Amino acid sequence: MSQHTAGLAIETAGLVKTFGETRAVDGVNLAVPAGTVYGVLGPNGAGKTTTVKMLATLLRPDGGEAHVFGHDVVREADEVRGRVSLTGQYASVDEDLTGTENLVLLGRLLGHGKKAARERSAQLLEAFGLTDAAGKQVKHYSGGMRRRIDIAASILSTPDLLFLDEPTTGLDPRSRNQVWDIVRAVVAQGTTVLLTTQYLDEADQLASRIAVIDRGKVIAEGTKGELKASVGAGSVHLRLRDAEQRPEAAEVLRRALDARVQPEPDPVALTARLAAAAGDTAAEQAARALGELARAGITVDNFSLGQPSLDEVFLALTGHDTHESADDANDEVAA
Amino acid sequence: MSTATTNETQDLAPVSADSLAALLVAKERPPRPSAWSASLTFGWRAMLKIKHVPEQLFDVTAFPIMMVLMYTYLFGGALAGSPKEYIQFLLPGILVMSVVMITMYTGVSVNTDIEKGVFDRFRSLPIWRPSTMVGYLLGDALRYTIASVVMLTVGMILGYRPDGGVGGVVAGIALLIVFSFAFSWIWTMFGLLLRTEKSVMGVSMMVIFPLTFLSNVFVDPKTMPGWLQAFVNNSPVTHLSSAVRGLMAGDWPTAEIAWSLGWSGLFVLVFGPVTMRLYNRK
Repeated sequence: MSQHTAGLAIETAGLVKTFGETRAVDGVNLAVPAGTVYGVLGPNGAGKTTTVKMLATLLRPDGGEAHVFGHDVVREADEVRGRVSLTGQYASVDEDLTGTENLVLLGRLLGHGKKAARERSAQLLEAFGLTDAAGKQVKHYSGGMRRRIDIAASILSTPDLLFLDEPTTGLDPRSRNQVWDIVRAVVAQGTTVLLTTQYLDEADQLASRIAVIDRGKVIAEGTKGELKASVGAGSVHLRLRDAEQRPEAAEVLRRALDARVQPEPDPVALTARLAAAAGDTAAEQAARALGELARAGITVDNFSLGQPSLDEVFLALTGHDTHESADDANDEVAA
Repeated sequence: MSTATTNETQDLAPVSADSLAALLVAKERPPRPSAWSASLTFGWRAMLKIKHVPEQLFDVTAFPIMMVLMYTYLFGGALAGSPKEYIQFLLPGILVMSVVMITMYTGVSVNTDIEKGVFDRFRSLPIWRPSTMVGYLLGDALRYTIASVVMLTVGMILGYRPDGGVGGVVAGIALLIVFSFAFSWIWTMFGLLLRTEKSVMGVSMMVIFPLTFLSNVFVDPKTMPGWLQAFVNNSPVTHLSSAVRGLMAGDWPTAEIAWSLGWSGLFVLVFGPVTMRLYNRK
C-alpha cells in the first residue's frame, strides 16, 4: 500500500496498461487535488482514455497503483464506483431510449425511488435546456444535445469526481462554450473534474493544473502558466502585400523580437514564434514588431496573434508533432 | 426525423447555471439499489427497447406461428395419420424447440450492445454486477411468454387440446421460461466472448440446431439407432419437452421436471460465472 495524501482526489503511481505489444499507458503518475479541474492534454492515442478507464474501474491496470479518494481502484472498486461518474468519449447513454428514459433508468440504478428519479430527471432536463427533447430518442439528438444529456446523466447523483473524456471533441464552437459553462457550474459546487482533451485552449479555459501526456507517459505537468512559459508566449502571423519583401521582413522580425521566424507555404505569409521570457506580453512584442516593419517600409496586409497550439506544445516538449504518436498507439484499442 | 437533428444547436435553450447549481447542492446519495431492484431496472430497459423497436417482436410472433404450421402439416400425415392427431403430440415439443431457439438472440443483442458507450457507464455504477445481464434475460422472459401464448393459440385453433387445463399449461410454460432463462447464460457468454454479431449467430446455430432437433420433439426416440438414443435420451431439451408435454397433459412427471430444473441450475452455475468474468474483463 502506498501512502495517501490528504486532499487528493486521484493519486497514481507508475500506472501501466498494455495491449499486446503496445504500452498504452506507461508509468503514469498523477496527483489531482480535490475540488479542482485537472486537465489531461494529449493527442489521439496518447493514453488518455485508457488512463481514465483504469481510474473509473473499467480496466484493470497491468502495473502500478491508483487511488481515488484513498480507495484502491482494483481492490476497492466498489467504493470508487460509489464516488465517481463517467462521461465517455462517445455518448454514454442509451441511444435507443429517450432523454427522460435514460435519466430515469440511471436514477433508478443509483438508488433513487421512482418518483424521485422522475423529478430529478425533469429538473436536470430543464436545467440543461432539454425539456423539449425529453421525449425524443437520443439517437435523434444533435452533438451538443448528446453531450448535455451525457453530462446530465453523470450528475444525477452529485459525484465527488467526474471524468469527462474529451467532452467537446466534434462540437461546434457554440456548443463547446456551453459545455464549458456546464463544467464550471459543476466544479463551483465542489465536484472534482478530470478532463481529457486534445485542445490546449480547452485545458486553458477550464483546468487549474494540466498534465501533458504522450505515448503513455506524462511529459509535463504544472499550472497553466508554468506550462505555457515552457512553450513560449505564442506566435505572430503576418501577411505582407509584396512577396518579395518577405526575406527582409523575416530579418526585421528576427532582430526586433529575437524570435524564430518561419516562412509559410503562402508566399506572402510568415510566422514568428515569440520567446516566453522576453518580459513583454505577446501583444506588446507584436506591436513593437509592427512598428519596426513600418519603419523598414514593409506593408503588412493582415496580422494575427496566436496562442501556443497543442502542436507547438508538443513540438517544444517532445521534438515531434502530435500526429506521429497517433500511429503506434490508439485510444480506441481500450474499448 | 433526421432533418430535425442538424440545426438544433442554434435553437437549443441555454443551460441554466442557477438551476444547475441548485441541483448539484443535494450531495447526499440514496442507498444503493438491491440486486433484484437493479436487475428489474435493466429488465425495464429491455422493455423500453421493445417499445421503441416493436419489429424485434417478429421472432416471437411470426417465427413460432411458422414453426407450428410447418411441422404440423409437414410431418402430421406421415407420422400420426393426420395433422390434427400429430399436433396433440407435437405442440408442447415444438413450443420448447421454438422458445429455446429464440433464446439465441440474447447473444446477438448482448454483443451489439456491449460495444456502445452506455456500457461503460453501467459498468462504472456501484450496483450488483450481474444485474445488467439478468436484466436482459428478464426482458427476454417476456418475449418467451409472448411466443408461448402465440403458439398455444395457433395450436388450439389447429385442434390441440391440453388435458392438463389452464393449470397444466401455465405450469408447462413456467418451466419452459425458467429453463430458457438459465440456458441463455450460454448466449450471454458467447455474446461477450465473440467479436462480431455474425460469429455469435454462426456459433449459436451450431449449438442450437443439433440440440433442439436431436430430441424427442418430433418423434419417439425408440426408432433411432442406439448411439443416437443415448444422446437424445440424455439431452436437456428431451427432458424439458417430456416435462412440458406431461404437465400440459395433466400429469406430474416428477423425474423429468427434476432433470429440467437440474440442467437449468447447471447452466447458471457454469455459464453465469464465465459470463461475469468476461463482463468484468471487457
